[in-house]
Amino acid sequence: MKPAPFVYHAPTSLGAALMLKAEHGDEAKFLAGGQSLIPAMNFRIANPALLVDVNKLAALDYIHVVAGELRIGALTRVQRLEHDPLVRAHWPLLPETVPHIAHPQIRNRSTVGGSLAHADPAAELPVILTALGGRLRLQSSTGERWVGADDFFVSLFTTAIATDEMLVEVAIPAAPARTGTAFMEVARRHGDYAMLGVAVVVTLDAAGACSAARLIFLNAGDRPMNAQRAAAALLGQLPGSAAIEAAASSATEELEPMGSVHATPAYQRHLARVLARRALRLAVQRAN
Amino acid sequence: MQRETMPETHLIQTTVNGQAYERHTEARQLLSDFLRHDLGLSGLHVGCEQGACGACTILFDGQPVRACLMLAVQADGHALLTVESLGTPDKLNVLQSAFWEKHGLQCGYCTAGILMTLTAFLQDNPTPTEHAVRTALSGNLCRCTGYQNIVAAALLAAEQMQPVDSTPQP
Repeated sequence: MKPAPFVYHAPTSLGAALMLKAEHGDEAKFLAGGQSLIPAMNFRIANPALLVDVNKLAALDYIHVVAGELRIGALTRVQRLEHDPLVRAHWPLLPETVPHIAHPQIRNRSTVGGSLAHADPAAELPVILTALGGRLRLQSSTGERWVGADDFFVSLFTTAIATDEMLVEVAIPAAPARTGTAFMEVARRHGDYAMLGVAVVVTLDAAGACSAARLIFLNAGDRPMNAQRAAAALLGQLPGSAAIEAAASSATEELEPMGSVHATPAYQRHLARVLARRALRLAVQRAN
Repeated sequence: MQRETMPETHLIQTTVNGQAYERHTEARQLLSDFLRHDLGLSGLHVGCEQGACGACTILFDGQPVRACLMLAVQADGHALLTVESLGTPDKLNVLQSAFWEKHGLQCGYCTAGILMTLTAFLQDNPTPTEHAVRTALSGNLCRCTGYQNIVAAALLAAEQMQPVDSTPQP
């Protein structure tokens, strides 16, 4: 239950951190909040030869808005998202979701970038970022690129981050007018990994018909699971009970729940249908 | 890369319970082990070493965190508080007295972590509801009490911490 020996570096500049990663590749791991990495190292599931502690890169700890778009530095602690006034006012899906993420003692350390780069399909932030149509900025010692959330999460604990890259920033666009959002999950105990969860984003047009919709599920496959066909079927419709029920039912067919000791895949699909129905109703109500 | 065979050590400067320390620590040493073994602060208890139980909760720059999910080397330049920063056996602080009064512990293994979680919680929420206390405790496991008396102790402490209005009446 103790980590195996490793070499430890805590660079004070992003450039130095990226150089170390470029030099050592897969043998080096970035240590951000460490709330998943350290337990994995305690169990010796993770066994990095070199740890690059990025906690001294204070320049990556920020929340601000650029041209209406929310920008979050990768080192921003998850707990900050719950109380930041800008986030609360314009991206309420984030503060609504944060209390579901583990416990305050974990959220005080865990970082936005670390959680996204870890890419646990049962984690909340990857689902939220996908639902909100976010983008991620990946930087290496030779350049940078932006990747959309839809392309970022590849599979179980696997992302589009290349060996020499680091996730440095997340961008979330402003929501169009008359957009409502909702997040719901079912966990056996508060703070546990959820058996299933869903984030919903609905935009209505002037006539009250659905002009955009996203339903992204948590712990329903090997990555944030996007029920695209169910969402597409809502477009142009007045989102009443029948349309919502139809979308919630069909969404379950787009999921690949893996089941666990706590929930069979059939039960996860049941949760998906019920939660999607409730979350869609709430999001439509909020959009109105 | 050649894996290190000799332990790699780092010199750290950290303030724990108001006292400054300068120590060498192995890179892989957990903060919980550093506090217990190197500084002798055995009030901090180690339960699961995977962040699930909360027994090792300390305040790191004022924020409750799991000491078993941090490396000692990460305490460099930071200020930490453990349960030893609260009262003494002869003079318990208000929260500890409330635990005594309400029988908020049985075996005591989880207590140090719970006291640190509640210390931060009551600072931010001086007049909490019972529900808020229960939510705040969700990250700390106790297998003896069933939590009832811990909640009662937290509520009593909140009540006793309320500042007495000493404004002179006209």
